Amino acid sequence: MAILVFIEQRDGKVRGVSREALGEASRLAASLGGPVVAVCPAASDPGLAALGEAGAGEILLASHEAFRYYEPLGYTRAVVAAVEQVKPKAVLFAASSMGRDLAPRVAARLGVGLASDCTALAVEGGTLVASRPVYAGKAMQRVSFPAEPALVSLRPKLFAPAPAQNGAAPAVTPLAIDYDPAAARARVREVKATTGGKVDLTEAEIIVSGGRGLKGPEHFDMIEKLAVALGATVGASRAVVDAGWRPHADQVGQTGKTVSPKLYVAVAISGAIQHLAGMSSSRCIVAINKDPDAPIFKVADYGLVGDAFEVVPALTEKIQALNARS
Amino acid sequence: MLQVVCIKQVADTETRVKVAADGRTLDPAGVTWILNPYDEFALEQALRIREALGSGEVVVISLGGAGVQTTVRNALALGADRAIHLKTDGTQPDSLQVARALAAELQTDALKAAQIIWLGKQAVDDDAAQVGPMVAELLGHPCVTVVAAIEPLAAGATQAVVEREVEGGREVVEVTLPAVLAADKGLNEPRYASLKGIMAAKKKPIEEKAVTLGPPALEIVSLALPPARAPGKIVGQGVEAVPELVRVLREEAKVI
Ligand SMILES: Cc1cc2nc3c(=O)[nH]c(=O)nc-3n(C[C@H](O)[C@H](O)[C@H](O)COP(=O)(O)OP(=O)(O)OC[C@H]3O[C@@H](n4cnc5c(N)ncnc54)[C@H](O)[C@@H]3O)c2cc1C
Ligand SMILES: Nc1ncnc2c1ncn2[C@@H]1O[C@H](COP(=O)(O)O)[C@@H](O)[C@H]1O
Repeated sequence: MAILVFIEQRDGKVRGVSREALGEASRLAASLGGPVVAVCPAASDPGLAALGEAGAGEILLASHEAFRYYEPLGYTRAVVAAVEQVKPKAVLFAASSMGRDLAPRVAARLGVGLASDCTALAVEGGTLVASRPVYAGKAMQRVSFPAEPALVSLRPKLFAPAPAQNGAAPAVTPLAIDYDPAAARARVREVKATTGGKVDLTEAEIIVSGGRGLKGPEHFDMIEKLAVALGATVGASRAVVDAGWRPHADQVGQTGKTVSPKLYVAVAISGAIQHLAGMSSSRCIVAINKDPDAPIFKVADYGLVGDAFEVVPALTEKIQALNARS
Repeated sequence: MLQVVCIKQVADTETRVKVAADGRTLDPAGVTWILNPYDEFALEQALRIREALGSGEVVVISLGGAGVQTTVRNALALGADRAIHLKTDGTQPDSLQVARALAAELQTDALKAAQIIWLGKQAVDDDAAQVGPMVAELLGHPCVTVVAAIEPLAAGATQAVVEREVEGGREVVEVTLPAVLAADKGLNEPRYASLKGIMAAKKKPIEEKAVTLGPPALEIVSLALPPARAPGKIVGQGVEAVPELVRVLREEAKVI
């Protein structure tokens, strides 16, 4: 049976998180059998034929001029229409802001279960079992699905996109949907950029976060400099956000963003349980803190005990020197 | 304007998770129960709208076992006018079961005039972030999740303008009322209950209604503590350790 993957596009480009979902769908299809079918609502084709390389065997395009921005009603219709046509065993979404909004609507419409923000999928005795962190990552829940299709959303940055496959570029087939944009009662008027074009925390490869130990917003300068040297996005603890030093969009943790970069550098952050909730699935964690007993060192792969005001500039210089050499 | 706020009682964020004997749920022994933090933002916003309009009613609904009434009482102390407790036998429902029960209640004559149905972006126990959009779909309402800001509403408003946090930006969304809105942190600064509020809450009504949940849409196979991260190492002290830190990041971890 088929695996259906929801493909999200923004500004006419397929988003990386959807390639991750396609990669996981290909791996599942290898054990379950059946094709990987992609469905994409868009105003115009964002180059979907190229997804053949990323693992899609068949592609459905639901085009409508109202689909330039995310529109929950129309997007739900599109995915439901694809489900009715393809009759998949599972539908995969990225647990991005779009996927997290859309997947529950589709689940309610179909009357089936959704496992959100999953960190691993497995096939056991022919059935799908999804693993997902609960209690802010303090426990892992494994769930199965009494009815099909099984709906899952995948935490960004944890699933590898499929290695490029050579093969015929799959056909992009139009998907007919019954949709009247006048019925849409939520409309995106504009999208305001807040990160100044930088990669969002949830999609960053490297994050440098600063905490209250930095003593004031002006000292985030040195965090910014280190981030530029590393090609990283800047994050923050809640203490810093609540003090108004950084915007809420920068907050990592239980009431902020959940991130899984390949490198997370925590500077002058104590490592409260609610902060760890947001970053403990990072591949490599570095902590810089002057207190050798700070809880952050318990989760850090590499710790450096020292004064951030001395260590961070030295680290930045060292990285800049390496960048200059390569 | 009638507003409804769906609130969930959850384990305190400081809770040390212990798995119950069934191997599938949280051991409730010793757990402190709190109002889901995101629901505080939802409730606060509903109260502010009522206060700004100078009229209207804020009703809270919570589904759960008998124990959730302490949290419901807390919401009344914060300023909600009355409460509905959808009482279950206390077993842990999945998001679709909850959404169906809430949607059914929201369709009753007493609540169907609600203009805004507030929820939290996510419950910090199951971390599902599902109930809001599910309720909206079941009611045929529009929904905006991760609401980080809302423009002031006029009396009799037929639409709300809200901002929704997305990757790298904020969507400005115009949403027709009645609508479902799921609150994010940053929407406002929730108040604390005053002594007067706590006293007043004792006299506010909690309507208890027994509910039987529909069939589950998800089956919990197991709950387990996550594998511990391999112990890390301290590369050194102070500026002298910087070269070693860079070396391990390049050579061992290969992340830079
Ligand atoms: C419901 C709830 C939700 C929460 N959600 C979140 C969340 O999403 N994200 C989050 O981060 N927190 C969250 N918190 C807050 C959390 O409990 C902590 O209060 C917060 O993470 C502390 O931030 P911090 O580490 O920056 O500050 P502190 O705990 O004050 O730590 C500062 C650290 O800086 C170190 N330091 C000081 N000076 C220096 C120096 N010169 N050089 C190096 N190190 C130095 C200190 O040793 C200390 O370890 C939440 C709390 C609650 C109750
Ligand atoms: N049992 C419940 N009773 C009332 N509201 C709930 C319940 N469960 C979830 N909600 C609401 O739905 C939101 C999202 O929850 P969830 O989908 O479980 O992450 C919560 O913030 C609450 O506003």
